[in-house]
Amino acid sequence: MTTSINMPQLGESVAEGTIGRWLKRPGDRVEQDEPLAEIITDKVNAELPCPIAGQVEALLVEEGATVAVGTPIARIAETTNAVSAGQPPAEAAPVEPAPADVGMFAGTLESLDAPVAPARSASAAAAPASASAADESAARRVRSSPLVRRLAEEHQVDLRLVPGTGMGGRVTKDDILSYLAQRGQAAAQVAQSAPTAPAAPPSSSVPAAAVSAPGPALTPAPAPVAPGEERLLLTPMRRMIAEHLSRTHQTVPSAWTMVEVDVTGLVRWRERARDDFRRREGVPLTYVAPFIQVVVEALKEQPLLNAVWGEDHIRLRRRIHVGVAVALDDGLIVPVLHDADERNLVGIARGLADLVARARAGTLAPSDVQGATFTVNNTGAFGSIVSVPIVPQGQTGILTMEAIVKRAVIVDDAIAIRSMMNVCLAFDHRVVDGAAVGRFLQSIKQRLETYQPPA
Amino acid sequence: MAVRTLVEAVRDGLAEEMRRDWRVIVLGEDVGVHGGVFRATDGLYAEFGKDRVIDTPIAELGIVGTAIGSALNGLRPVAEIQFADYIFPAIDQIVNEAAKIRYRTNGGFGCPLVIRAPYGAGIHGALYHSQSVEAFFLHVPGLKVVTPSTPYDAKGLLKAAVRDEDPVLFFEHKRTYRRVRGEVPEEDYVVPIGVAEVKRVGQHVSVVTYGAMVHQALEAADALAAEGISVEVVDLRSLLPWDRETVAASVSKTNKVVICHEDSKTAGVGAEVAAFIGEELFDQLDGPITRVAALDTPVPFAPTLEEAVIPGTRHIVDAVRRLAAY
Repeated sequence: MTTSINMPQLGESVAEGTIGRWLKRPGDRVEQDEPLAEIITDKVNAELPCPIAGQVEALLVEEGATVAVGTPIARIAETTNAVSAGQPPAEAAPVEPAPADVGMFAGTLESLDAPVAPARSASAAAAPASASAADESAARRVRSSPLVRRLAEEHQVDLRLVPGTGMGGRVTKDDILSYLAQRGQAAAQVAQSAPTAPAAPPSSSVPAAAVSAPGPALTPAPAPVAPGEERLLLTPMRRMIAEHLSRTHQTVPSAWTMVEVDVTGLVRWRERARDDFRRREGVPLTYVAPFIQVVVEALKEQPLLNAVWGEDHIRLRRRIHVGVAVALDDGLIVPVLHDADERNLVGIARGLADLVARARAGTLAPSDVQGATFTVNNTGAFGSIVSVPIVPQGQTGILTMEAIVKRAVIVDDAIAIRSMMNVCLAFDHRVVDGAAVGRFLQSIKQRLETYQPPA
Repeated sequence: MAVRTLVEAVRDGLAEEMRRDWRVIVLGEDVGVHGGVFRATDGLYAEFGKDRVIDTPIAELGIVGTAIGSALNGLRPVAEIQFADYIFPAIDQIVNEAAKIRYRTNGGFGCPLVIRAPYGAGIHGALYHSQSVEAFFLHVPGLKVVTPSTPYDAKGLLKAAVRDEDPVLFFEHKRTYRRVRGEVPEEDYVVPIGVAEVKRVGQHVSVVTYGAMVHQALEAADALAAEGISVEVVDLRSLLPWDRETVAASVSKTNKVVICHEDSKTAGVGAEVAAFIGEELFDQLDGPITRVAALDTPVPFAPTLEEAVIPGTRHIVDAVRRLAAY
């Protein structure tokens, strides 16, 4: 029996991957979970473990070639007589159960009263346990049909942006036609305001016959580069950031609020403790670590901030995985500090140092960038004192730490010089309202202002 | 226009062609004095006499062989095989002689022969009086295969078959003989071989079918219309050559297709149509090509079993509903 190995989905909203290096050649024997290839994606570089044991029959993609997620890249012949001891025979190879309920939006409302174990196992399954499971979820995410794929190509539609109403969430002909019609209407409005632009076709009812012929392009051709200008081609990371944030900007009705926090005590403590901490723990003591610590405590009090909107429900999440934005030379990546609530200050600091180092070295694993339930962004590092972040996909809130500045403030009816920091929160207003958000920020403010460092 | 049953339309067509052209003769078992077991040749003997309406022995190979000989010698024979199930003794004559003559004479001779045969199930005829045999002949270059579903098409296609210079197998579905009525013009007209007809216009799913199943498909379309599913019914009418353009136009419009026949599924007409759609129309498809066909068994005798084996309206409804939601 021959099994096709497909390009796995390494991380959310990653659409394609590059074969960095094949680690096996045709004819080679490969064991289950043995690395088959090095894969380079927008977000991470990773080894691809072979989901089955067998013999490499064919490598379908050359080294250095980039293919879409789900594209077959190799064929493995399963040989029952070659099964090594202790391994289940090929027929009995465990089939990954379809993770029907563990998708970002697919689950049902989980009660906080529910026993811990099921929720944990569901979350554990959400991180693809093997490449085949990742393939499956990737394929389902953009499941469509030959017709739909052709229309998408002709009209330059990213199918991941088209809501699928067909069986199993498939994008159907009707789905893409109504998507095109909406986009056409938008184009028509643009055309009306810009008389030189070609008139868009009447789009409210695009007849199928008209669609089957390549219609007028609905996306405008790129403007010519004028003298003194330069066209910067998109890196995969740039494109991914753009898609991710555009999607959020279009789909999440977000609101914004800010509190100012007197962090004088925190600053003094850090000045005192930083050298010892560094010597003792081997990692720097930043403001981010205690900040994450108090955010986690506040999230426990206001679980809606750790939840996610699910169209017909809200999904509460007991586990707290904090995404931390890390600036790179050519972009931005958000590694995830998993189970941040289980770590003390040192654990958070060590985890952070590790993630930041690996983010800058480009050696993050797929699991390092998946599953964030809330995001923290240290915009103060750039000197910002107020910022309006965009809520990441699959989360309800993002919090910024602004620059700590000394200001004259009124304390007990006297003017005092204090270290002040603004904390800004953008949140999905579908999930949570101002009152809960206010309590959340007040909790953070209070915890920071009365921060009790570990003994 | 007169309303006729399908078998009456066949009889009218034969009579009109015999009146039009003295070379047209009819031969087969009980076609003469008795007027045929399904009465398809009733009255022909009285009108045209024993020289043109010929009762033969029960020997299909002989019937077709005689017809081929008379065709090569200038007549236009219409041979009747009493039940399509019994066409197989004549298959050597059909495949190795009739179908080859055009080619072996380098185009010098045609074989203007029509072989009519009632076929199909639904009349409790059991294993030997229920078979659909059309797919056997689709594989033979040099033959034409026709399966009308309405009286109008039956008469028009029969006239086209009689006037064709090459052999035509003309399969009449027994269940449609008396159950299907329709208006048939009295004046001369021809339905060209190889041209399908959209029997019902729809938007969401195409049902490509032929013969008696056309009527099941139309019934299914009525039922599905109530659910808001608009079904286009394409009647192939001719299976060889078949009308790829009409099928392609319909599938390109609806992007979803169910192919339906009463013949068993494996290697049936549906396999050929599906292969064409898969090869030529792949990027028009918005769902899997779906076949509705009989189980791969002979047609059983017990009515309940026959009903279980042969596809009915409900099978088409189920398949279309599934595909529409795909």
